[in-house]
Amino acid sequence: MLAMNFRGPFQIRADRNRPEPEIKHPMDAIVRVTRSLICGSDLHLYHGMVPDTRVGMTFGHEFTGVVEAVGSEVQKLKVGDHVLVPFNIACGTCPHCKQELYGNCHEANPEATAVGGFFGYAHTGGGYDGGQAEYVRVPYADVSPTILPEGMDLENAVLLTDVVPTGYQAAEQAGIQKGDTVVVFGAGPIGLMAARFAWFFGAGRVIVIDELDYRLEFARKFSFAEAYNFREMNDPVVFLKKATDYFGADVCIDAVGCEASGHAWQTISGKSLLMQAGTATAFHWAVNSVKKGGIVSIIGVYGPPWNLAPLGSIMNKGLTIRGNQASVKRLLPKLIDHVMSGRINPKEIITHRFPLEEIPDAYRMFSKKLDNIIKPLLIPSRANASFA
Amino acid sequence: MLMKNALEDRIAAGQDRIIAQRNMVRAAEIPGWGMDADPDNDPTYPMKHSNGADHERLDYEKAPQQPLDMEILHSIERPGVTRVFGTSTPPIGLSGAIRRFAYKYSEATATHWMTLILADRVDTIQGKLDDLVHGILPNPWIERGWRAEWKYNRAGFIRNTATTALLLTAGIMLLKRKNRRKRQLNQE
Repeated sequence: MLAMNFRGPFQIRADRNRPEPEIKHPMDAIVRVTRSLICGSDLHLYHGMVPDTRVGMTFGHEFTGVVEAVGSEVQKLKVGDHVLVPFNIACGTCPHCKQELYGNCHEANPEATAVGGFFGYAHTGGGYDGGQAEYVRVPYADVSPTILPEGMDLENAVLLTDVVPTGYQAAEQAGIQKGDTVVVFGAGPIGLMAARFAWFFGAGRVIVIDELDYRLEFARKFSFAEAYNFREMNDPVVFLKKATDYFGADVCIDAVGCEASGHAWQTISGKSLLMQAGTATAFHWAVNSVKKGGIVSIIGVYGPPWNLAPLGSIMNKGLTIRGNQASVKRLLPKLIDHVMSGRINPKEIITHRFPLEEIPDAYRMFSKKLDNIIKPLLIPSRANASFA
Repeated sequence: MLMKNALEDRIAAGQDRIIAQRNMVRAAEIPGWGMDADPDNDPTYPMKHSNGADHERLDYEKAPQQPLDMEILHSIERPGVTRVFGTSTPPIGLSGAIRRFAYKYSEATATHWMTLILADRVDTIQGKLDDLVHGILPNPWIERGWRAEWKYNRAGFIRNTATTALLLTAGIMLLKRKNRRKRQLNQE
């Protein structure tokens, strides 16, 4: 089958000779991928920043597909079902899953206890091949995969596997109260969603900070946010303090993670020398820009083992720091309703569509932010075989 | 050096609550505004529905064990492999040996993670050798996405390629000059 094949940092192959996945466990399903996305967090893998990313792996944790085969213990899904597959692999019965922490399943990732099991996210994410392929193995098929509601647009469905719930949870875990001023660092797909959803929680003001003007312009339109370029500031923290009456924002959301720009020492120590797990620039700005007693929500991805963090400011300001991988299954019913009722049309963020064969170009363009790209979609040639 | 007339110099202070109040009057125009607002959304609620499962953790219903028919490295912070696991790319060759060493250390240690990064780099070289053995030549034009770069960022691509070529040439020239001097000294 055709699948993405990682050959080392900045080098991937659209490989036609990958073996098709097999049922390895009675609760597995095999899914023929109909749509797949490249996530901003895939770029951390592509850039060689996530430990235990092995040559030969297939990435991709955002995909929809048609069930082609099921294991002997799968009861809810059947061959032919068209499903959206949440990026979390979750058993549904461990203590964490029982408490709806589906992103923190205890039975999905042997390699790292700090990380849940995810499709196509290195062995640090469990060693599963991902959905940037024609076919993919889906463990615990009865737990998270969700049959597409009738009439749901396929591009909206694939965005519900990660981007929409992740952006939503960023706003949800920020504990936004009516009238709050919310600052979102990063105008990538997750930041745009987080800013958009901040209004759902009653925000009074939403401010987005980024360095790319085309994304800031998009944030103004899609997220109804005020949007500012930190390259036009001497110090984003001073700007945000002044913009919030010198108190600080009620809530700051770090939707950037480990590849943030804007601070030379962070860039050198984090991205160039890998002395820390990428750059924590956005997190620093968030901690320093939020009010005393405020909440910082981390949704941007940071890798192990550590980052330089302003612990003194966190303690002295009495901050609440919250973060987690989105618990997609928990959020899906509410988010499907938001999408189906037209309150939000997530597919507006998909700016580029590529055949799976052109995946190296898609990664390069996304990595270098070429052609005003925001979210690239991949379409396998076998995708259209069985649905209209 | 500090920018003159930076954005923070141009905005007015004291506007935050005024803007927020104005937005809230207009809020009805924003689809979905306030519909998920929850005053009880305290800092622990929505991420975890505490139901005591944490304290019954030894008795939970476990799925059948996926057959362990390949080498799976697992964190020493857990007793064994999980009930399911990924079967992509088992450890192989020198990079595999390095990974086995890394997994002797916990996730709390730099030895674990930095050794895995080292293994990843060795794996990249292994992958290139493996490609050559199988008659696959590197194709950076396609595999590194240079084709897209040429199409959408031609000036930048040419500039970067020229800079790299220049640095490489300068490096080679320096090495050559050093070697020539060494030879001259030896002859003297």
